[in-house]
Amino acid sequence: MDFQVVVLAGGSSKNLTPLVSKELPKPLLPVANRPVLSYVLHQLEQNNLKDLIVVVEGEDTALVVGAWISGTFIDRLHVEIAAVPEDIGTAGAIRAISHHLTAKDILVVSGDLVSDVPPGAVAATHRRHDAAVTAMLSSIPVSGPLDSGSSGGKDKAKKLGRYNIIGLDPGKQFLLHIATGAEIEKDARLPKRILRAVGQMEIRSDLMDAHMYAFKRSVLQEVLDLKDTFQSLKEDVLPYLVRSQLKSEALSNRTPQGEENGNEKVTSQNNQVFVSRILANSSTPSFHDHSSENPDGSASTRKTHKCCVYIASSGSYCVRLNSIQAFMDINRDVTGEADHLLTGTSSDPNNNIGPSPKLGTKTTVGPHCMLGEGSEIGDKCQVKRSVIGRHCRIGSHVKVVNSVVMNHVTIGDGCIIQGSVVCSNVQLQERVVLKDCQVGAGFVVTAGSEYKAESLARKEK
Amino acid sequence: MDTRRVSSAVPRVRQVGFFTPNTPAHQPAPTRSQSGPPTSDSPPLSDSPASNSLSPVMIPPPRHLSDNLGGRAYALPVPGRGNAGEHATVGSYNPSESVLWLESPPRSRIGDEELSEGTESSLGWYRRSNSAKVASSLPSGGFDLSQVKQPESVAAVEAKNPLPEKSEAQKEQASNPKSLKAKTTKAERRALQESQRAAKAASKAEANKSNAPGGAASSKPMKQPPQKKDGPPVASSVAASERGVDRPVEKERKKDLPPPRMQFDDESRVDKAKRRSLLNQPEARNRVELFRHLPPHKNGSQLPYLESKFFELHEMHPSVYKVGLQYLTGDTSGGNARCIAMLQAFQEAIRDYSTPPEKTLNRDLTSKIGGFVSFLIECRPLSMSMGNAIRFLKSRIARLPLTLSESEAKAALCSDIDRFINEKIVLADKVILRHAATKIRDGDVLLTYGSSCVVEMILLYAHEIGKQFRVVVVDSRPMLEGQKQLRRLVAKGLSCTYTQLNAISYVMHEVTRVFLGASSIFSNGTVYSRVGTASVAMVAHAFHVPVLVCCEAYKFHERVQLDSICFNELGDPDAVSKVPGREDVNYLDNLTDKQKENLQLLNLKYDATPSDYISVIVTDYGMIPPTSVPVIVREYRKEYLLI
Repeated sequence: MDFQVVVLAGGSSKNLTPLVSKELPKPLLPVANRPVLSYVLHQLEQNNLKDLIVVVEGEDTALVVGAWISGTFIDRLHVEIAAVPEDIGTAGAIRAISHHLTAKDILVVSGDLVSDVPPGAVAATHRRHDAAVTAMLSSIPVSGPLDSGSSGGKDKAKKLGRYNIIGLDPGKQFLLHIATGAEIEKDARLPKRILRAVGQMEIRSDLMDAHMYAFKRSVLQEVLDLKDTFQSLKEDVLPYLVRSQLKSEALSNRTPQGEENGNEKVTSQNNQVFVSRILANSSTPSFHDHSSENPDGSASTRKTHKCCVYIASSGSYCVRLNSIQAFMDINRDVTGEADHLLTGTSSDPNNNIGPSPKLGTKTTVGPHCMLGEGSEIGDKCQVKRSVIGRHCRIGSHVKVVNSVVMNHVTIGDGCIIQGSVVCSNVQLQERVVLKDCQVGAGFVVTAGSEYKAESLARKEK
Repeated sequence: MDTRRVSSAVPRVRQVGFFTPNTPAHQPAPTRSQSGPPTSDSPPLSDSPASNSLSPVMIPPPRHLSDNLGGRAYALPVPGRGNAGEHATVGSYNPSESVLWLESPPRSRIGDEELSEGTESSLGWYRRSNSAKVASSLPSGGFDLSQVKQPESVAAVEAKNPLPEKSEAQKEQASNPKSLKAKTTKAERRALQESQRAAKAASKAEANKSNAPGGAASSKPMKQPPQKKDGPPVASSVAASERGVDRPVEKERKKDLPPPRMQFDDESRVDKAKRRSLLNQPEARNRVELFRHLPPHKNGSQLPYLESKFFELHEMHPSVYKVGLQYLTGDTSGGNARCIAMLQAFQEAIRDYSTPPEKTLNRDLTSKIGGFVSFLIECRPLSMSMGNAIRFLKSRIARLPLTLSESEAKAALCSDIDRFINEKIVLADKVILRHAATKIRDGDVLLTYGSSCVVEMILLYAHEIGKQFRVVVVDSRPMLEGQKQLRRLVAKGLSCTYTQLNAISYVMHEVTRVFLGASSIFSNGTVYSRVGTASVAMVAHAFHVPVLVCCEAYKFHERVQLDSICFNELGDPDAVSKVPGREDVNYLDNLTDKQKENLQLLNLKYDATPSDYISVIVTDYGMIPPTSVPVIVREYRKEYLLI
């Protein structure tokens, strides 16, 4: 279908500091005991997209991620791993691999997207409108009712600030305004031209940019070349394209026109105009056409490009793993209501929901739990709505609620873990109480200590 | 259909049978001069008037064969016979051609090496010239194909149907010798036959000596007038190609007979189709009984499904997929636009096509196009015009000479498509503009319905050339297509009135002309067009306002249809019950399920206007009455199969 897929896997993430590390970069962060990147890759694979470019920040990370991909998706996917320097942003990453891009359209997917929205839908919308860029929007995930009240409130308030303000046309097909990041706090500035052309705009703040974009390659490359200060696709490139859609400096129309001229040498220019007029008159006009009409009705030479949106239906699941809260939510949802994301993905045979590992007597494992292979749980434990990794050893009288426990964790007797993330190789000695904490990899929590809403990590040597 | 096939078959037989006595009258004509009607210089036989009276009736069907293939070719290169292709002189042409054709096979059968050489060389010439300028002239394209299929076409034809020739042997003898013809006119019929039998051998020898070497000699040197120089070989090749082409065409016509349309109330078939289908067919609920046989509307519910499959449809070319999506969502509508969009998508697909190993381009590409077409049909039923265009494309693919390389074949097909768009749509529209503009007088009030791109162009054109007139745009829910058109008309400075279909009888008082577009025109003159057109035409008829239907000839279809029930298209049923943007009038929204069971929504897209209500059809071949549609269909259908 003439699409190239770029997966921006990223590297380390500041938002997830205690969880990710050099050894465990963000793409490999386990979500329900599978690296988060595998969700994206698996979904792409299901959609028959087998030639991918995975962009990873940092050489070392690239090696780790590359090893994992080639181990897991061997001979199922054809993946190119591209390592880019850190801190050049998403736009910089695309710029760095720009010479690899050859197809007509580029699908850019963030590696931390956990979603069941078919990428084909975005691509199809993009093609249908012949757009310069198509962004996927999804409704902001509500923190589920199961969320423990104490952790919810504060984080949610923080989260709302990060989402976007989005302006749509009445048909909900075109993107008219997008404010992201810090811009949200400022006054919204709308180009008058767009408002006049559309007549009516719907401003929404309940949608978030899912960071899955389809770009027209020529436009993307041109913008990146032109504006070399652009750092982020989301915060620079997309708003720029949206802003300039009625006075396109990206010259998106130039390339296709050139192609057309090449194609139809036989037809005289006159006939070509005729044909294009027939086509234009009969197609549903978008506001772009109206705005490019001069008052006297003749189409002006002003160039426009279209910025489309695909709004994921409310029933679909679409979350980005970009914060610890999101990490918790995704873990909960994937084991719970969105468990269809796991089914059929028996790439790891150890992904089983339910208690196959050894359980002590009188231990209860509630619904929506996941226990990794080889984990042992002692007597009289309680596990509720939690994910426990592989080869964990949990003593007796332990309570794990709403938490994520990664691999090779040793938990002593009598611990209580609530709403926390416990990374790999952590040792919790006896009677530790953790509430809303994040424990970095390899940390040792001494016996009897009690933490609340703290982030514990090993000091870097 | 059946009757037509018979009629086209019958005259060929009769033609041979009838002009035996008549030949003397005709025969000298081509050699001497172009005095068309044979009455002038032929002291007629007793039955010659009969044949004369017959010929005007019977000639047209064979004429379009010979005219398209031979007649045109004659008309072009030979200056002296400039009028040869025209109607008046055609009568004198048929016999000569058929005679010439009949002449050559016996000669080659006799075993004259030089003749077969001659024909072969001339054929070779044709082939060469054709590969040099592929599809530059209509007739040679026709020769080329038939000949490449059967390099020694004369011999092949002979081998293929030896029987008719033997049965025609007598007539050959009668018509063969030119020297005898003057005599035979005077003679009695029996005497004629006797003498001819006697003279047969001699005449053939004569003919061979005189004609064949000449043909061989003259065919080589010059390129320009192939028809003039060597009568026999060319004529024989004309005739042969006429034969060779005619058969496949007939076969094709059988093949092209629209397969019995899917009746969507036939459950077993629907199930079968569902399994084959790319899209999942929606479960239609509460469809109107009378229209259950029509394919249910596929609207929004299909879109997500198709979208999610985006990357899985490998065999679908992206451009075809895009066009399909646009059909499905209604982004592209209008017969011409849909047809152009489809053809351009096919063009792109052909450009990107490469023949898989161990397959031939002709067959594989045909099946590929077939796949595209069925995908498009699933997105939205095709219009007649698109069916015609597809038929054209497929016949072009099927007739691609095997000798062409892949890139040449692709280039040829692409230019064919371009040519189809140019000739059948763009140029046709331009011709229609000219024709229709002559019917617009100053002070007219023109009424148009909905949005037809031809009518719109006519109005703009008439405005451009300074006619003073007013336009009434009549529109109807739920499409409200007229508004789009209205916007463009008003922008160009035309004075317009906009009204809904309900008010048609009020506005009709002041209207002096009605211009309508058409999706298709059937052979009985029925105009198949946007729903509502029929009412407009009927009201206009009642008010004695002339109704002009503007339609390109490629939209004509040989089908005969009397009503708009058996073939139609269903639109989104919800569109009629919901008014977008008007929450206050959505009275049908909150029905209970039980109430909904009693409600059947019908949104038809097309209707059929009987020919009685149509004054004239403006088409690219001129302005014709609706009764003449079958003539256009018959005469020109071949042509665009053979372009």
